[in-house]
Amino acid sequence: MHIRLESLIHTYGDVHAVQNVSLDIPSNAIFGIIGRSGSGKSVLIRLISLLEKPDDGAVYYDDERVDDLPDDELILRRRRIGIVFQNINLFNSRTAAKNIAYPLEICGMPKDRIKARVAELLELVGLADRGNAQISTLSGGQKQRIAIARALANNPDILFCDEATSALDPQTSRSIFELICDIQKKMNLTVVLVTHKMAVVRDVCSYVAVIDSGKVVECGSVVGIFAHPKADITKDFIADLPARPDPKDTGRTENV
Amino acid sequence: MSDIQMIVSLVGAATVQTIVMVFFSMVFSLILGLPLGILLCVTDPAVGIMPKPVLNQILTRIVNVLRSFPFIILMILLFPLSRIIVGTSIGTGAAIVPLSIAAVPFVARVIETALKEVNPEVVQAARAMGSTNMQIIIKVLLPESMPSLVAGITLTVINLIGYSAMAGAIGGGGLGDLAIRYGYQRFRTDIMIVAVIVILVMVEAIQIIGTKISTDFMNHR
Ligand SMILES: Nc1ncnc2c1ncn2[C@@H]1O[C@H](COP(=O)(O)OP(=O)(O)O)[C@@H](O)[C@H]1O
Ligand SMILES: [Mg+2]
Repeated sequence: MHIRLESLIHTYGDVHAVQNVSLDIPSNAIFGIIGRSGSGKSVLIRLISLLEKPDDGAVYYDDERVDDLPDDELILRRRRIGIVFQNINLFNSRTAAKNIAYPLEICGMPKDRIKARVAELLELVGLADRGNAQISTLSGGQKQRIAIARALANNPDILFCDEATSALDPQTSRSIFELICDIQKKMNLTVVLVTHKMAVVRDVCSYVAVIDSGKVVECGSVVGIFAHPKADITKDFIADLPARPDPKDTGRTENV
Repeated sequence: MSDIQMIVSLVGAATVQTIVMVFFSMVFSLILGLPLGILLCVTDPAVGIMPKPVLNQILTRIVNVLRSFPFIILMILLFPLSRIIVGTSIGTGAAIVPLSIAAVPFVARVIETALKEVNPEVVQAARAMGSTNMQIIIKVLLPESMPSLVAGITLTVINLIGYSAMAGAIGGGGLGDLAIRYGYQRFRTDIMIVAVIVILVMVEAIQIIGTKISTDFMNHR
């Protein structure tokens, strides 16, 4: 699904969190949004994912305007979007499998079909044997895998990842990104991936938008932007990049 | 009838009355207090899932006033209501009315506090997945706050045992009534002591059971 943002504006009191953001997010690719902490990435994601209504501007999914949908249609629309958060936000009162079942339950899917779908998803994220595990017994990476499975349960067209791996160690976050790339291809997903690390953009994304103080300062293909960065902040991000590891070196320790 | 037999039968009957009073007051106060507590939480202007500042203010005021009302005065004021609902203002049945009403604001607050402990980001995740407000309440807020809810309800039951003893003093029956009628008015200190011990044992038992259930919920996550 292709997403178009038109002059999005969002303020909290006198904090201009998102200032006049227009973006075209192509279908079936991984689109990165990079910016420093506090630059408005999470607010932007909340606007694109229909969690909050923008003060001004419009959000289109495949040319259908979605930001001004009435509440009941908004709820139905949200059921076809997956989101993964930095803080993972699983339900502690449910087992891993029941967490994945939640989005299916709220759509009223029959129990036997939920069971089959949950088994499929556990398999997809490589945790087929952990369905009955309590959340507190899982590692950070396993929790994020369950959260990804939960986000994908309803076969969404779009997956949003807001700093999905910022709380994880480098190896674990690498395996999570491999999973996301894998799933993107398998499910033909449009992925919007928020990060504050340029290495993630380089290794995972095809397109990127650089945002600073709520504004898009640069946008385009990752290859193009790495070759000719224009904005100073983009140059800073690239300069701070850890050296690309030697491909022969199997134990990659790169700080992704 | 021997003295011991008499004590046993008096205390036994009074214990049953106390249990009946506390049980039904708990049930009725939960029936009213649970929705009220949920409403207080979800309409909160800052953290609620459907902020309604005016309604929230009104409900908060009512709950606060009722909570700060001295129970004895509430009982006396509610005598006429007991007569309308139960047909009499004396006895165990009649005491359930003021007990329930006195406990409603307490229960509402306990529920509100427990629900507000649920991580707002988890609630946001549920909203992002397309949950209706009702689904968030039933499938997220209540289950996620279960350990706190159980602890709060345990506290309410213990308070109700204390209040029921007070209700007994003005004709509600039960262990408090027994302790006052025999122990104080007829100088039967032994009966009073037994009645008090039974009350203490009840409180302790409820506390142990409540803590057990609450930690079981906690360990199952
Ligand atoms: N719910 C909110 N209420 C008030 N201010 C907010 C809220 N959410 C975000 N902000 C403000 O908006 C700005 C952008 O925040 P955010 O999008 O979270 O940044 P980040 O790029 O680190 O994700 C910050 O100044 C933040 O304080
Ligand atoms: Mg953020």
